Amino acid sequence: MRRFYQKQSFRINFHAFLLLLPSLVFLLLFTFYPIGQTIFHSLFKSDLSTPEPLFVGLENFKRLSEDDTFWKVLMNNIWFAIGTIPTTIIIGLLMAVVVNKHIVGRSWIRTFLFYPAVIPAIAIANIWLYIYTPNFGLLNYVLNMVGIGSVDLLAHSNTVMFAMIVMVIWKEAGFFMIFFLAGLQNISEELYDAAKIDGSSRSTTFTRITIPLLMPTTLFVSILALTNAFKLVDHLVVMTQGGPNNASNLLLYYIYETVFKYWDMGYGATLTTILLLIMMIIASVQFLFMEKRIHYN
Amino acid sequence: MFKSKLFYIVMMIVLIVISGCSKTDESKDVSVKSSDNDSEKQEEIELTFYYPVQVGGPINKIIEEIASDFTEENPHIKINPVYTGDYDNTMIKTQTDIQGNNPPDLAVLLAIDLYTLMDMNAIIPMDDLMENDNDADEYVSDFIPAFLENSKADDKIWSIPFQRSTPVLYYNKEAFKEVGLDPENPPETWNDLIDYSEKLTVRNKDQVERWGVQIPSSTNPWIFKGFVLQSGGILDENGKDVYFHEESVEEALQLHLDLAHKHETMAKGVIDWATTPTDFIEGKAAMIYHTTGNLTNIKDNADFDFGVAYLPANKNYGAPTGGGNFYIFEGISEEKKEAAWEFIKFATSAERAAQWSIDTGYIATRESAYETEVMKEYLESFPQAEVAKNQLEYAGSEMSTHNNGEVTEILKSAFQSVLTGEQQPKEAMEKAQQEADKVLEPFRK
Repeated sequence: MRRFYQKQSFRINFHAFLLLLPSLVFLLLFTFYPIGQTIFHSLFKSDLSTPEPLFVGLENFKRLSEDDTFWKVLMNNIWFAIGTIPTTIIIGLLMAVVVNKHIVGRSWIRTFLFYPAVIPAIAIANIWLYIYTPNFGLLNYVLNMVGIGSVDLLAHSNTVMFAMIVMVIWKEAGFFMIFFLAGLQNISEELYDAAKIDGSSRSTTFTRITIPLLMPTTLFVSILALTNAFKLVDHLVVMTQGGPNNASNLLLYYIYETVFKYWDMGYGATLTTILLLIMMIIASVQFLFMEKRIHYN
Repeated sequence: MFKSKLFYIVMMIVLIVISGCSKTDESKDVSVKSSDNDSEKQEEIELTFYYPVQVGGPINKIIEEIASDFTEENPHIKINPVYTGDYDNTMIKTQTDIQGNNPPDLAVLLAIDLYTLMDMNAIIPMDDLMENDNDADEYVSDFIPAFLENSKADDKIWSIPFQRSTPVLYYNKEAFKEVGLDPENPPETWNDLIDYSEKLTVRNKDQVERWGVQIPSSTNPWIFKGFVLQSGGILDENGKDVYFHEESVEEALQLHLDLAHKHETMAKGVIDWATTPTDFIEGKAAMIYHTTGNLTNIKDNADFDFGVAYLPANKNYGAPTGGGNFYIFEGISEEKKEAAWEFIKFATSAERAAQWSIDTGYIATRESAYETEVMKEYLESFPQAEVAKNQLEYAGSEMSTHNNGEVTEILKSAFQSVLTGEQQPKEAMEKAQQEADKVLEPFRK
């Protein structure tokens, strides 16, 4: 009996692995193998002055501590994440709540709120480059009309990050709205009816029913938002090239610069390893700790 | 029963995936083999030619035309032009292919990437090919000297100038008339520049409706080197030394700061490269510093009369050159190298250079191009195009060093931190010098 059971479970496992095999092959080939290669290369000095890669151990990681630009782009990235993630999630949620109601022209409003999400980031960067352009850009046109005067947000190191964050919120909020909308429609009407009968106020209903039951969606969205905060650099290519003086530079764009502008493969691999580490920490924290606080219905 | 079916389905998927992978490998092998065969056969030579498109206009069409015209004259050589994006992307594609041991045969890349390509052992000096060519010396000496400066290193010539440019001053003649300046007398010195820009700036209460002058600073410090040259500095030397904390650099920075903060005739902060020509066309800036590559664009779109002038002088006139050169790659057969050399000579012949300049706005790279009929006619109808060529007499090289990408970035960041007021000129440049020295140190042995 027991042997039969073992045999069965082996067969089930075997079949499960077989079914997973195609994606596993691709995962190994295009994810795990490059990760291994990256970590391996991060131990070498390989730049324009060393045509043959030279094993240097952890030398590249020591270099990180002295690299002002690295710390600057890392801080930028943290500010970028703090600036974009909570706001996009809150705005996305509020938009979803609004368009979930039976209001006139609902599908039109949904479409308009969602459309920034389907435009490629490069196109969005071009649109916003025009909006922010001094003199004849849209923003300055409006500011001039109300008499505030001309500003050039991209030209100054203390305003450029703010300008980027606003643009990304505009792009991402509509995308997250769709997930929240799907989440909202999964919540049973009966719960709301029951709350109404019990005389619960609208805010209590929202905080005690809507928000807890949306937690799975929120977790998913926050992981997406966090990874996007580290992944989204397309706009830098179009708008600022990381400037002025690296004020808008982000970690991924700095990696691109290191590898494809400075041709420093070893240090580029080191920076990539750091990015990988950050992403892994974020993902594990979210899955291990937040998971427990989530109610699935 | 069901399970075994499932098993076969999964196995089939796996097999398809594996066979799919192996198939692409095979096709790759075939293509590599065939190109090897070409070089062995000698009579049939096929060359892969990477080229970027950096400015507007039908560049692709012109390049294809040059390639097919060449094959008509040399039936045994076929040129395959491959469009590879802008300069950066062309460089990335080239570098990736070099690492994969499958370099292109020739490419147009930035003149300033010379040291980078040398350090990658990617290119061959043209001297090897010039030795077997009796006309070579005459051919090379016909190029405008300023354009050849970025081709030379270690007493050798590594590249042949192709699509080259230089910054000039564009000015709005109607704005000049409007404020009582002579439209035929553009500013000649920095003092003139400050003077004129003050007159040309138009304010409505606190609002600036038109800036006097606009000098872009967003992309790289290309134009900035012009100011250093005008102050008698050199900025870089031999690819191994930079001079960021010299007085000439400080003077150049001070001019930027004075224009923006003291005279308030130029916008504060970093000025975008790409929107500057638009600002000029829209009448939001009366004078701009920009590349000759934009001449055709401005000519077609400005609805006012405009002039083109030398960059105003400080101690002397000065401007950097810019743009792309032909390179021939290491690791290809001798026959291919010779064929590539022939193609380069063909593509840069006097008539081609003249026509290329007329079609694109780049400056014709050879003296003899200016002797051709087409060029003479063109300059008569559009004299602004000649200013850039004449300015070349005072032009120097563009900054080009080992580890050029990083050194340029160091200078750019320091320059921008001064413009945004984060650092004082002196401390910014001293720090930049230290950083650049560190990056260049391995090459000074």
